[in-house]
Order: sequence, then C-alpha cells, then structure tokens
Amino acid sequence: MTIVDKVQHISHSQDKTPEAWRGFVGGAWQDGIDVRDFIQRNYTPYVGDGSFLRGPTERTLLIWAKLTAMFPEERAKGVYDVDATTPALITAHKPGYIDKANELIVGLQTDAPLKRAIMPFGGWRMVATALETYGYPVSPELETIFTKYRKTHNDGVFDVYPPAVKRARHSKIITGLPDSYGRGRIIGDYRRVALYGVDALIAQKKLDRSELDLHFSTEDVIRDREENAEQVRALQELVQMAASYGFDISRPAENAREAVQWLYFAYLGAVKEQNGAAMSFGRNTAFLDIYFERDIASGVLTEQDSQELVDDLVIKLRIVRFLRTPEYDSLYSGDPTWVTESIGGVGEDGRTLVTRTSFRFLQTLYNLGPAPEPNLTVLWSDRLPDGFKRFCAKVSIDTSAIQYESDELIRGAWGDDAAIACCVSPMRVGKQMQFFGARVNVAKALLYAINGGRDEVSGEQVAPLSAPIAGDVLDYDTVWAAYQNLLEWLAATYVDALNCIHYMHDKYAYERLEMALHDRTILRTLACGIAGLSVAADSLSAIKYATVRPVRDTTGLVVDYTIEGEYPAFGNDDDRADSIATMIATRFMELLRQNPTYRGAVHTQSVLTITSNVVYGKATGNTPDGRRAGAPFAPGANPMNGRDTHGMLASALSVAKIPYAQAQDGISLTTSIVPTGLGHSSDEQVANLVGVIDAFTEAQGYHLNVNVLNRETLVDAMEHPDKYPQLTIRVSGYAVNFVRLTREQQLDVISRTFHSHA
Amino acid sequence: MSVVDLGIPEFVAQLRHEELEGIREGSVASVHSWELVTAVDGPGTRMTLFLDGCPLRCQYCQNPDTWRIHDGIITPIEEIMDRVRRYRGLFDTTGGGLTISGGEPLMQPAFVARAFRECHESGIRTALDTSGFLGIHASDELLDNTDLVLLDVKSGIPETYREVTGRELAPTVAFGDRLSERGIATWIRFVLVPGLTDAPDNVEAVADIVARWGNVERVEVLPFHQMGRNKWDRLGVPYRLRDTLPPDDDLQHRVRSQFRARGLSVY
Repeated sequence: MTIVDKVQHISHSQDKTPEAWRGFVGGAWQDGIDVRDFIQRNYTPYVGDGSFLRGPTERTLLIWAKLTAMFPEERAKGVYDVDATTPALITAHKPGYIDKANELIVGLQTDAPLKRAIMPFGGWRMVATALETYGYPVSPELETIFTKYRKTHNDGVFDVYPPAVKRARHSKIITGLPDSYGRGRIIGDYRRVALYGVDALIAQKKLDRSELDLHFSTEDVIRDREENAEQVRALQELVQMAASYGFDISRPAENAREAVQWLYFAYLGAVKEQNGAAMSFGRNTAFLDIYFERDIASGVLTEQDSQELVDDLVIKLRIVRFLRTPEYDSLYSGDPTWVTESIGGVGEDGRTLVTRTSFRFLQTLYNLGPAPEPNLTVLWSDRLPDGFKRFCAKVSIDTSAIQYESDELIRGAWGDDAAIACCVSPMRVGKQMQFFGARVNVAKALLYAINGGRDEVSGEQVAPLSAPIAGDVLDYDTVWAAYQNLLEWLAATYVDALNCIHYMHDKYAYERLEMALHDRTILRTLACGIAGLSVAADSLSAIKYATVRPVRDTTGLVVDYTIEGEYPAFGNDDDRADSIATMIATRFMELLRQNPTYRGAVHTQSVLTITSNVVYGKATGNTPDGRRAGAPFAPGANPMNGRDTHGMLASALSVAKIPYAQAQDGISLTTSIVPTGLGHSSDEQVANLVGVIDAFTEAQGYHLNVNVLNRETLVDAMEHPDKYPQLTIRVSGYAVNFVRLTREQQLDVISRTFHSHA
Repeated sequence: MSVVDLGIPEFVAQLRHEELEGIREGSVASVHSWELVTAVDGPGTRMTLFLDGCPLRCQYCQNPDTWRIHDGIITPIEEIMDRVRRYRGLFDTTGGGLTISGGEPLMQPAFVARAFRECHESGIRTALDTSGFLGIHASDELLDNTDLVLLDVKSGIPETYREVTGRELAPTVAFGDRLSERGIATWIRFVLVPGLTDAPDNVEAVADIVARWGNVERVEVLPFHQMGRNKWDRLGVPYRLRDTLPPDDDLQHRVRSQFRARGLSVY
C-alpha cells in the first residue's frame, strides 16, 4: 500500500485526492514520505516586507500573562514544580492545560504548565541529584527500579569506558560528554505527522520492517529491527497521547489549525520523554505556510488568525522544561532547551524559502516580547529578499533574540531542507542525525604537550608520557610537533569515549519517537567539538612571534609563562595569527578522522562552547598567551576578549577563515554591538546591520549571534533582575534570559568585548 | 606645496631623514592604527585609517595618543593599500569605503592623495576626516579623489575655537568654502562639550557657517564622553575636562534644534 492509498483509506475519501490534500500540487511526496518535495511544489515565496503582520490578540496576551505571572517564582526556586514520581513516557501524564477554554493549540509535557518530568533512562543519578537540589523527595521505589532492575545509559557507559577516557574526563581535558544526560541534537521530522497522519507513517515503518526481515539476523540487522519496533510503538503512543487531548492524529491534518496542532503534538511527544541537551524543532515555517495560504485563500482563516496560531504555538515552545542538575547548569547556563527553529534560506532552485510565516514566527518576539526560546535561527544568504533581511535586522536590534547561520554553506553541504539542531549543527531533516560529542579543550591540550602529558593543575600524568619541552625559551616548531602528538592521542581518546556513549545511548535511552520521524536509512555524524581555540592560537602565536619563557615549579611542571614582545592575536584579520587557528582546527579534524566510529558515523566537529567557556577556563592553568589560570575562555570561536582591537568585522573575518569543510558541525561567533554603533536612525541601523551580516556571510562566515545592547543595561539587570524579566541575550549559539544566568556567567558576558561600533 | 611647513616643527626633528622623505612623497605614512567600523566615519562599513600627528590640541580630544607624528608606525603605502583592497567586496556589500582620519590626515597630504587616487583606481570610495585646519595642504587632485569629507567645526566663534583647540578658526572656514565651491559631499561634526562649546551663540555661529555651504548633507552633533580620559592619564598630559559630564538630553536637543532651524539634516 502506498502512502496515498493509506491516506485515502484513512480519510474514507472516494476522491483520488484525500480531503486533507485538497488543492495541493501532487508529486513524489504522495508516493513516499518526502516533505521537502511537498514544500517545493506547494509553497509561496514571499518577497515583501513585514507590513502585513498583526499584533497579538487579547486571548494571546491573556494566556501569556498567566505564564509570565509564574516565571518569577520559577526563577526564584530554580524550578516551578516537578512530578517526582512519574517516569516520563509519551503517555505517562494526563492532559495538561494553561487555560483549557482559551488555548488554540494544546498539549503540555506533564499535566500542568512548568511542571517538570523526571526522565530516568539517561541516568538515575541525574534525576536523584536534581530532585534533592530542588527539595523534592526521591521515591525509594523508583530508585530501586532504576538502580537495581533497570540499567540506564549512564550505567552502561561507565561499564565500558576504558581508563584513558576516565582519566581524560576526570582531568577535564574532555568535558561535558553526554554520558549522564540525554545527547539530544536529533530533530524528528515533526511535519510528517501533519502531512501524512501517523497511520501512514506506521504503514511506512512496517514496510521498512518487512524489508529488514529479508536480511539475515546479524547484529546490525537485529538492532535495526528492534529500533523499528520501538519506533512503531512510539508512534502508536503518540496517537494515544493526542487522543487524550481529543484529537485524532492518525489521519493527516486537514487545515492550518490542525497542521499546527499535529506538528506540535509530534514535537511534544519527543520532549515528553527525552531530556536531550538540545530538543530542536526543525524547519517548519514554509511547511506551515502552505496550510495558512490554503485556508486564507479559501476564506476560512485571516491574517490575524494565522498569527494567533503561530503565537499560541510559540507560547508552548517557550515553556518546554527539563529537570537538570546544577553541574549541568554550570555547563549550559540559563535553563536552555534549544527549541531551535530554522527560518528562511534559499532553495536549490534559487527561489527564496522565505514565506509570510517566516515573518510570523519572528513577529512573536514583538507580540509576546523577547524570549530565548524557541531559538529563532535565520538561515541567511545575501540572496534573501530585501524586505526579510531588513525585518530580521530590525528584530535583532530590538530584541537581540535571533541568530544567523550561513544558508549558502549549509545548503552547499546538506541541501535546502536542513535545519539547525541546538546552536550551529546543521542536518537534513528526517534524513540525518548526529551523535553529540560535547568538546575537548584544545588550550589545555597545548599545556599537556608542553608538560609531556601531565596536567598543569594536578600534576598527574593524564596523556601518555612524552618528553616535556626543555629549555628556557619555547621554540615554535618544537611545541607544534609535540602539540600534534598530543592532539593525536586526544582525538583517539575522544572518539573512543563517544563510541562508548552512543552505543549505550542507543541501547538504553533510544530516541524512539524522534527516530520514528526519520527515514529508515539515515546519515549519522559524530559531532566532535573543540573549546579554547582562540587561547591555543594566541598561545602558539606568542610562542612564534614573541619570546615566551616557561616558568617551572620544583617538580619541573610548567605552571606559568613570561612573554617578552608583542604577538599578533587571533581576531584582527591578521593572517599570521588566524592561520594558526585554522591550522589547529584543520589538524585536529584530520586526526579525528583517523579513528573508527560507532555505526559508521561521519566525523565532524564544531567550534562552539555554549556557555561552557567559563567552566573550561576554570579548569585550565596559565597559558602562553598571557591568560591567567582559571580565567574564562572566549566563547565558541570568538577571539579572546579585548584582543580583537580592529573592530567587530575584522574580528568576524578572522573567525570566517576557519574552513567550514573542517568544522561541518558549525563555527560559532557571538558579538555585541551597542545600538548607536549601528547608526543614528533606525533605518540606518537596519541597513548597516544587513550590510554587516551580508559581508560576514560573503566572507564564508558561518554563524553570527548578534546582540545589540548597552553594557549598562546588563549591569543594571544584574542588580535589578525584576526590572528585566524578558531581557534576552545571545550567548554562544543560543539565547538566554540574562537574569537566569549564574552571576559568574553574567560577569563573563559583561566582560566580553562590546563593540562601540560594528 | 611644502609638507613640513605646518607650524609645528617639533615633530620633524624626531623623524629620520628617509622617513621624512617618504612622508613627503606619500610613499609611507605614520600610522596610529586601523579599524573596520560601521555607522561612524561615513556610510556603510569602512576601514578607518588613523594617521598620527595633529596640529590641534583639543581639550576634549579622545585620541591624544595620535598627536605626535613620530609616535606612529612608518608603514609603506603598498602594505596599507593591500589591506584596503582586501575589503573591496565588503565595501561594495555595505556601501562603505576607506576613511582616513587621525590625528590630522592633512599632516600627511601626499600620502592621502596617493591612497585616495589608488582607491578610485580600484573602485573604492573615500572619505577624509579632518578639522580643516590644514585644508590648504589638500591639493585639488586630492579633493577630486575624495567622495566625502567629515569636517569638524569645533566652534563658530574664533575666540572659542582658540580656547578649544589652541588654533585659529579661519582655515577651517576657508576649507569649508572650498569644499562647497567644489561641491564635495560633506558631513559636519560638532562635539558638544558642556561649559566649553555649548554656549548658544557659539552654536549659532557654527550653524551660520555651516548653513552657507550647499554641499553639507548632514550635521552630526556628537555628545562629549569621557572615554578618552585614560589615554590622557597614560600620557601624563593635564586633562582639563576631567570633571566634565556628558551633555544631558535637553542640551543635546537644544543644540540640534539650533542646527535644524537652518534646514540642516541633523543627527
């Protein structure tokens, strides 16, 4: 039975076209699951400006007000409420509402807004620690189940980690590994539920299964069959969950409101049972726009109605919550969920993928006020329509809440239906997933190379013993050779760790619903990452261009450095320093590729820290660039604070030199500009910001977080958080409520380079 | 035209003969720094090249470290133009270009003339950020290759001008007249310093001067700030505005209104 047959069967239509697909242009998407084909044949590019947009309705404001009234308590306590006794599953919780009579789009993770669920399959300790932190009782019964009867992902990983990995992890040269929390960064193609209905998706999975049954039962085939069975079960539970809210999502959505609701149910199913580090939403605006356009054309929906549906959906996306531990928060500060929605871009045929609904999503930042989630991400190309570019720039200036990624680079590598997971990780929706790998500390690695594999803080031998660098002055060639050897060990140890983690995650905390919304055959990437790139590059630059003398303690351990003379620093569009940064990233990528991966995943890496630049810095001793022990790194691929002295674009152009081909999981740059630094009038500011983003992406820049605010605003917000409940700022790859950052993170943000002009 | 005849002989003695020759010919420049900036120093994103050396000693100067020409790095024009041309695409995208600022760029007019000529040969737009005090050193050829002048009119009353800068107002007015005659687009800048330049009749005088120039596209009233204070302290130069506060909104409004009253476009 083909998809069309299945859908026709479900809708009991005698017509050749099912009612849900009335008016749509047919094509390959009707013969198999192919959302991209559906979009390409049916969407309406929009090249105008934002003048058609509508403000919020009374109803929208009322719902939002109910939630915002709860936020202060949540902020004060850390969590608003927790269901401490119900392990999360798609169907574990009864329906929940914010305001049942008035919600247009329904569904909550638990039975009440802001009430967090426990998700123990990743690891029991994380659940127990979180409950204890927030003063909730830990159920002895659940503890018995998840420590005695049911093994977790976390248990599995520690059963198989080799000692070298444990040492590297303990000494914090590798940090943030998803071995005790959900890996996330998997985007289900939630649109499939709206377009096809769940029954058709199950039918396809059963077809896949019958094909799998033809293969002999080897380990890979057995795993595929088990995963397929889990996926089908998850889809069935998804139907049940929606039914508990009174909706039948076994059939396709028949109108815009249903399309939004079905899409959201699919996503909700995922966040009901997976506490992934990033639970991203995908690329949905052109898809939804097709439904809005159809209903508007047939006179059953107005612009106001459309905006109201988008506003209501976004309200739901803003209140996705996970229960996490303080250690987790110190890595990823501000309670982020990375409900990333990728907006805009250009199609492979050259038509813009910007639609009216692209505008409607950004408009929520005005209708509901700024917010960090959903993580609105504009896929930017100089070929985007001018009206959209200008609207984006205006929203950035007004809210600092959106980020930009290069559509040209992403489309070139992954096609025109790719979305960002988390901050900067691109993937083809429904056809690709990643094994998230956090990151290694390449600045600390340099210190290890100098110290023959010993940790500069503890003095322990962590990497294999090698000859420490001798002599009174560090010689660049000698250090670079030792560094490469150290990086080779680090790459191997790192991939070794990730293979263990993802084997166990698949086994004990498999994302069955998210993967049910993928094709049977998918591309997997092993998403490695590096932190401290600018520190390492500047250190090597100092060694090369200035005179750096090591300072040794009584055991011979180098614990500090003296620098004589000047050196070119990364971030000034100076090829002498920038080429070193590029060389480190490229070399480490080559070394990663030498190691075999679990499930044949393709190696990638990111230059991204999220907010963990603070933690990485804390764990790293004095570095040869003059940075003091414990001082934060720059976030992501950013140049070090205060060393980029030639303006924001010069800084950005340095970062743009890191070749995307060697960092296909993304390269993150966060920048802050004071508002007047973009021009005198609003028009001038908008035009200048458009120019800056165009110039950056034309120079092959990949990612740009733009904050447009004054340092004084942040200082005031630190002292008077109640005055700034919605102050949103972009940090490395995501946005946060500034007042929800730890004080340490706040100080780090404030200390960063503010460009008095762009 | 003589480059050294600047009335400030002390810098000349500090430079080596060949450096001085290079500056005379414009084959090198004494450079303080460069920066890529947006929304200041002209339209779009610009490379602003700060040259060292300035004949004025403005009380509110935010870059006193650019006063002395011998403090700069003597840089060959080829090296500078390599960097300028590197940003041609960026200039095209943003509508920007090269701005030469200082210090006072017209202390090194031969270099400015050569750099701007080379810019125009490469299709790069140019802007000159000057006090106009040395406007007489700008050759007609230099001005032919100048797309925009950012002209600081620091005061409209000669006595106040002398109080603020230590120099005469007349050369600036003469330079502005010349720019107006040649029809070179000009943005006027006026730094508003409470207690120093804010007197209503001083502002009136500036506005009167500016209003007679038909080439003025906009007037930027720049509120005084204390961001240069550290530099004064570092240089050990007595800083008379140590306790001066930035102008408040009312004062800024009044001053902008004075310019607007003459039909000028004011920011």
